[in-house]
Amino acid sequence: MTALAVSGLAKRYGRVDALRGVDLEVGEGELVGLLGPNGAGKSTLVKVACGLVRASAGAASVCGAPAGSRDALRSMGYLAELFRFPGWYSADEVLQLHQRLSGSTGGEAERTQLLELVALRDARDRRVEAMSKGMQQRLGIAQALVGEPRLLLLDEPTSALDPVGRRTVRELLESLRGRGTSVLLNSHLLSEVELVCDRVAILLDGAVVAAGTPAELAQARGVEIETDEGKRVYEDARREDAPRLVAELVAAGRKIYAVSVRTSTLEEVYLDAVGGETS
Amino acid sequence: MTAVWTIVRYGLEEALRRKVFAVVLLLTLGFLGLFWLGNHYAFRDLSGVQPPAGIDARTFAGSFIFGLAMFATLFLGVVLAIFLTIGVVRGDAERGLLQPLVVRPIGRSSLLAARFLGTVGVCVPYVLAVYFASMGITGSAGHWWPDRIVTPGLELAAAVALVAALSLLGSVFLTATANGIAIFMVFGAGLVAGLLGTIGHALSSHTLERAAKIAAYVIPVEALYQDALGQITADTHGVTRFVLELGPFGGAYIGGTPVRLWAVAYLGIVAAVALTAFARRDL
Repeated sequence: MTALAVSGLAKRYGRVDALRGVDLEVGEGELVGLLGPNGAGKSTLVKVACGLVRASAGAASVCGAPAGSRDALRSMGYLAELFRFPGWYSADEVLQLHQRLSGSTGGEAERTQLLELVALRDARDRRVEAMSKGMQQRLGIAQALVGEPRLLLLDEPTSALDPVGRRTVRELLESLRGRGTSVLLNSHLLSEVELVCDRVAILLDGAVVAAGTPAELAQARGVEIETDEGKRVYEDARREDAPRLVAELVAAGRKIYAVSVRTSTLEEVYLDAVGGETS
Repeated sequence: MTAVWTIVRYGLEEALRRKVFAVVLLLTLGFLGLFWLGNHYAFRDLSGVQPPAGIDARTFAGSFIFGLAMFATLFLGVVLAIFLTIGVVRGDAERGLLQPLVVRPIGRSSLLAARFLGTVGVCVPYVLAVYFASMGITGSAGHWWPDRIVTPGLELAAAVALVAALSLLGSVFLTATANGIAIFMVFGAGLVAGLLGTIGHALSSHTLERAAKIAAYVIPVEALYQDALGQITADTHGVTRFVLELGPFGGAYIGGTPVRLWAVAYLGIVAAVALTAFARRDL
């Protein structure tokens, strides 16, 4: 079953079109990255999917149930871009609150496991107001995982994390994929998305302008061959041209040390897609 | 049901941890202390007072001073109710507190109803406690007790619950500051209408009295307060009754069952509008 299905989704705020007919699917156990400049509609898309915002047109469903319905909410976990927990609660109490609200029967064992997953086991009894922003963000991720949701919607989950925290989250996402949890990851960190996501969708002005696996999106950027005379780049060459080029160089008496087919990085794909737009 | 009670408990914990609760408690203690002093001196000097013919001095002093306490009780209860609810929807959404709760499978209507119950769970006991404490002070100092003991307290508590509902409704549309100002102005408008009615009563101006009555029904907080004031001297008649109807802060008019039924219907209307608006609101 598709974890998240969005078709023809549109959202209008007054005169501004935040989303213009977006189609997107997140399959079971799939990790999909959502990229785009500020104001592209990424957060709006995630908010529609979790029922915080009503769509102007189109449809969104979570595990077969209409987005925002109780069945849909039971199947998903969500971490907002801007969120806060009551300062007087401890990490354990925040998770207890969300266990009761989501109807989770995981009890203390689930809370312990989640706090371990986000490296907050030692901060179990620490009040939220005494936590750093990064710790609160990791607690937010743990909160989103309460009740073992089938779909996880993460809106900028690593924006306040240091490199170690980001790595923790990246490993967590990979382990979730291993458990069959679907994830829609909205992030500005291209390297992070490239590392963990199965597929990527790039939004611009409320529409999907590019979508596919990182490999599909990557474009050929020539063939680089290292010979005894140094590196030579054939910018117009494709992967299929590599054997011929090597044969020609060998026939010319050159020694070949390395051959690599050059493709664009996700960053280059992204910049091509958004045309340098930042907001 | 567990989820609803979880939100009720969440609201109660939040209310008790807010500084405004401590401030209102301190103000209440200050008020009760001063109120005890006022009662002590008023009733100590009562034997030396020569009231106009037809006025029972003890009834007049007791009901007047207790009516003053009822106004203070209502005011403090309203302050508490407003500050506990002004930011429940838009305010909490802007701070990011609301979203993690709304995406849980409890339903927006249950969430809002639970927040209302949480506020009422703090405000109603508070109002009743201050009401009965004031009554005890006046009763012990002046040996005067109201004609109706429980009903006026319940009406004050209901008035505060109505203010909480209005404030929750306002919180769906307005920022916390704007909502607080708006609800205090609505409350103030009701009080002013009550005072105008009192002036109309003293001048026998039926137009003013009618206008005040309509205003009291538009804002039934005032109608409940007037009825509560009227109930404390429900069995008093003659000149004493006429003077008491002028009231310390608005008239004391018995509205009876129609006022209470209207207050219930009003609460239902406010709740329906708030729930509908919250269900449609983008967060």
